[in-house]
Amino acid sequence: MTEIIEPTTTRWSESGTRPLLEIKDLHVGFATQNGLVSAVSGVNFTIMPGETVAIVGESGSGKSTTAHAIIDLLPGSGKVTGGQILFDGLDLTATSDRDFEDIRGTLIGFVPQDPMSNLNPVLNIGFQVQETLVANGKAQRGRDAKAKAIKVLQQAGLGDAAHRLRQYPHQFSGGMRQRVLIGIGLSSTPKLLIADEPTSALDVTVQRTILDHLAKLTRESGTAVLFITHDLGLAAERAEKLIVMYKGKVVESGPSVELLRNPQHPYTRRLVAAAPSLASRRIQSSKVVPDRAYAAPSGVEDVDLIAAADARIDRLPASVGAVPSIVVENLTKVFHINTGKLRREPFTAVDSVSFAIAKGTTTALVGESGSGKSTVARLILKLENVTSGSVSVDGEDLERLGSRELFALRRRMQPVFQDPFGSLDPLYNIASTIAEPLVTHRVGNRKEQHARVLELLDQVALPVALMDRYPNELSGGQRQRVAIARALALKPDIVILDEAVSALDVLVQAQILALLNELQSELNLTYLFITHDLAVVRLVADNVCVMQKGKIVEAGSTDSVFDNPRDEYTKELLAAIPGAGIQLTV
Amino acid sequence: MPSNPPLSATHFVAPIDETPLLGVDTVSIAARKSNLYLDAWRDVRGRPLFYISGAIILLILVVALMPKLFTRIDPTYCNLDLSNGGPSAAHLLGSTFQGCDVYARIIFGAGTSLAVGFIVTALVTLVGVVVGAIAGFYGRWADAVLSRVGDIFFSIPYILAAVVIMSLFSSARNVWTISLAIGAFAWPSTARILRGQILSVKNADYVTSATALGVSPSKILLKHVLPNSIAPVIVITTIGLAAAIVAESTLSFLGVGLGSGTISWGNEISNAQGQLRTNPSSLIYPSIALSVTVLAFIMMGEVVRDALDPKARARR
Amino acid sequence: MVWYILRRLLQLIPVFFGATLLIYFMVFALPGDPIAALAGDRGLNPAVIAQLRAHYHLDQPFIIQYLIYLRGIFTGDLGTSFSGQPVSQILAATFPVTLRLTILAVIIESAAGILIGLVSGLRKGKLFDASALVVSLIMISIPIFVIAFVSQFIFGIKLAWAPPTVSEGAPWGDLILPAFVLATVSFAYIVRLTRASVIENLSEDFVRTATAKGLSRRRVIRVHILRNSMIPVVTYIGTDFGTLIVGATVTEGIFNVPGVGRTLYQAIIRGEAPTVVSFVTVMVIIYVVFNLLIDLLYGLLDPRIRYAK
Repeated sequence: MTEIIEPTTTRWSESGTRPLLEIKDLHVGFATQNGLVSAVSGVNFTIMPGETVAIVGESGSGKSTTAHAIIDLLPGSGKVTGGQILFDGLDLTATSDRDFEDIRGTLIGFVPQDPMSNLNPVLNIGFQVQETLVANGKAQRGRDAKAKAIKVLQQAGLGDAAHRLRQYPHQFSGGMRQRVLIGIGLSSTPKLLIADEPTSALDVTVQRTILDHLAKLTRESGTAVLFITHDLGLAAERAEKLIVMYKGKVVESGPSVELLRNPQHPYTRRLVAAAPSLASRRIQSSKVVPDRAYAAPSGVEDVDLIAAADARIDRLPASVGAVPSIVVENLTKVFHINTGKLRREPFTAVDSVSFAIAKGTTTALVGESGSGKSTVARLILKLENVTSGSVSVDGEDLERLGSRELFALRRRMQPVFQDPFGSLDPLYNIASTIAEPLVTHRVGNRKEQHARVLELLDQVALPVALMDRYPNELSGGQRQRVAIARALALKPDIVILDEAVSALDVLVQAQILALLNELQSELNLTYLFITHDLAVVRLVADNVCVMQKGKIVEAGSTDSVFDNPRDEYTKELLAAIPGAGIQLTV
Repeated sequence: MPSNPPLSATHFVAPIDETPLLGVDTVSIAARKSNLYLDAWRDVRGRPLFYISGAIILLILVVALMPKLFTRIDPTYCNLDLSNGGPSAAHLLGSTFQGCDVYARIIFGAGTSLAVGFIVTALVTLVGVVVGAIAGFYGRWADAVLSRVGDIFFSIPYILAAVVIMSLFSSARNVWTISLAIGAFAWPSTARILRGQILSVKNADYVTSATALGVSPSKILLKHVLPNSIAPVIVITTIGLAAAIVAESTLSFLGVGLGSGTISWGNEISNAQGQLRTNPSSLIYPSIALSVTVLAFIMMGEVVRDALDPKARARR
Repeated sequence: MVWYILRRLLQLIPVFFGATLLIYFMVFALPGDPIAALAGDRGLNPAVIAQLRAHYHLDQPFIIQYLIYLRGIFTGDLGTSFSGQPVSQILAATFPVTLRLTILAVIIESAAGILIGLVSGLRKGKLFDASALVVSLIMISIPIFVIAFVSQFIFGIKLAWAPPTVSEGAPWGDLILPAFVLATVSFAYIVRLTRASVIENLSEDFVRTATAKGLSRRRVIRVHILRNSMIPVVTYIGTDFGTLIVGATVTEGIFNVPGVGRTLYQAIIRGEAPTVVSFVTVMVIIYVVFNLLIDLLYGLLDPRIRYAK
């Protein structure tokens, strides 16, 4: 009984060559207090030489564990409990620790997820590149290593590499650090590079240039890449082959485009339906040919983002009032930043920003990190004082409000923040968290407050049983639901959503987006939706303001900005939405 | 062979019955409630060290409060005939150079040590928490001023400061003045720890949310920020209690502690130092009592630290 | 680095003036005639009293007195002990001995502490680790004077491995036992601190990346784990200098080491408050300067601090 190997789209291998990596029935478990917990069970896949393969999955799917198992980097409690990992015919599960030192770096390179924590903060960049070269026998200690390290950094796309050798990681931006890590990972021209979410922590435009660069380098050297990501669009765009993992198992695998066009497993279909990057693409194309072929299979929990987005568009004409709810005029905020040299320097975080949000609509404020978008949110919420310009809510200038009027206004304007782990007080149970606004503003007696908490839990689809539970018992999505319930407790008109869904897995994100949509039409809420993710904007917003370095560079209706971007930066952002090159419709 | 997935790059779909689809983000209510303090309490109750140190502390507390339950001998009754006497039925641990009963003096010394420990701890915690909370939470000039003041007090090692104070106030050496002398310069570490903790907690989104609700700053400090930043203070308070007991005995040993009229372990050890060659037991037994007490509080501090600091728990 | 040093020096100024003011204030917060209070229960000879009055300039307002006292500190005039010898002279004679003792102790405690802490951290949960934890807990709990007496009794008297008291001139050999005793104070803390930071660093992302780069385990431990774990240990040794001073006072007193500590110890025992104040002032100044040096070392070890904003 022989398997027929049919590489379909690989560029570098010919039919019949031996696979570079063969994973056979891999099982990985973690030792916990409750015994061995399986994280990966029965995973099979192959990578041909020079091929780029992506494993896609949500957090907890076992994708990173699989990657770490290959290179023997499982944390102390983790262990391969079964199966084989054949690398060039050698079984890595049976390789000694000593021999593995010769494989890592030399034959298999690794690019980690978070560039901020993966370089040793107390050693300079040059040292960290040089020691890699020396350890893998690619350079002699000393001058030779230094010269080669400069070359590595240059190849990784860092300008002024010779000077950078003496600098320390904290003097580099995230994108530059990731370039260094990619340079280190590829420095010995390994046969396989494992890239574990290499750009998840970076801005989209940076992500794009870095992945382009990585693709160029690996193509030139013929290095195969195993790419781990949660973003289906990104995976499909960057890899020839996709492996979809769910709960420690491979549920579907195959050529990328084929998989996206024709997802078979219900989980893959669910992912395809919920991925904002793909959905926003599809909205784009469905304008021409209405196409519902990828609608998610029916199921209570499944959310079809396009359907949800369509529904909002349908109801919009009725609910959009011409009355502006929030008017921001020439808003400017200057911070004074310590320079470390005994004096402070002014830094303009928000630079004469103006926009207005009509009642009952959603305006998205989009920008990359450092664009000033969150500062705008803080200024509108009056958590910071404006330097100049004004914010008015329903015609009332925030600056002119006395403390009593401000207190009254706070009832009508509530925020939901990004970090699901920071947005709820860990020592407050769910009921007291949701009731805090009611208690603070003395709304109703205890009994009425209790009734309102029940009502809110129902609105955000959480069971009543959670009332006396604490935040750390909940998942990220559930915590965001609680945060939304707290924000809605006082029946506000305006909700400021500051990256409220950015930290969530795609399926959960889709659920929360759908919930926000529903609540908006039910309660006629006005949303200011702050995000770095343009793909999501397409699904939820009526109007968009694109921010860059404190300024609004482009503003308009969502359709006009997406269909006819005028500003260069907007175009760049749009192009950076992963999945740009994928032809979804046949 | 459907159960054997292919190794090739062809389109593979796992059988659905082997990979059933579960709900997205379904709520599963954990068997038990859990937050920092509930978890800590649960953790503490599962540790033998907690019971061991707890039992010792309890015993010492009883001894300190009711010494007469443990001995009938008057510790101040000394008989020079018994000078440096060895253990006997009447004097279990022998007698001191002055001919006093070693055991009785140890029993009656417990109260002094514990009193100093508790008073110093209360003082240090009170000042440290108030200063640390104001500096950390209100920031700006309050922080600048309080942190500098803390630096100044921190720059004088607290035992040295206590040595100076006690040398100067030679006429009034009692439990209160010695506690004041130790505590006066020991509070900055508590203040620093709390300040640092508050700085990291006060920017949490739940604090911002409360501000956006219109909750007043003082209420935010008391209801959100302090409860979430006090855990490390609880830890160092337990260990600080042990340190205060050691400080008292060190000062007494140096001769600037409690007056000779007060029975304390430090004084006993100090008085017995000349008898090291002739009657080591009069020095050893009070030392053991002192060390065991300190050990009990240190162990309790360890247990509390392991329970309250997730990093420490991971190190166990 | 230049800006970092400058900033640290600037921060030192208020601490220096604050600390000296505080000590001076403590002396003059005494009720009644400070000189009488300083003299304690026994009468002093009129010559000493006159000297004290002159030294403290009691007829001047407090702030002037303080300034004169500051001038004394800067010019090395630290007053006179009851025996009539200038404090600065006593210091000059005794300081080198104490310096040798403390250096020896710091070397012992850090070398042993870091080594044991490292092994303990790498073998978390194993027998070695468990024993190191238990032993260090017990060592933390025993006050230094008890350790000093017991080791004097066992090693000096019973086993006679080392002289129970240090002879005049304090040869290195005589200092070994006191140095070991002095080292025990911080040794246990260093073990625990090193262990904790080794364990923390073991799970750091950059350590995993260092392994992934192809480095040998030895190198990962030496370069990435040990070096990073040293940073909090160095800081600790710096802030722990206070304990070291007190420890030196007790140890020198017990082993009769002719250093600053013994002189202070004797001054305390004899109730020579002015001498105590002078010595403590000097020690606080040394402590403040020492902390500055440690901070600079910290800046050298951790570039994030050096370039911090």
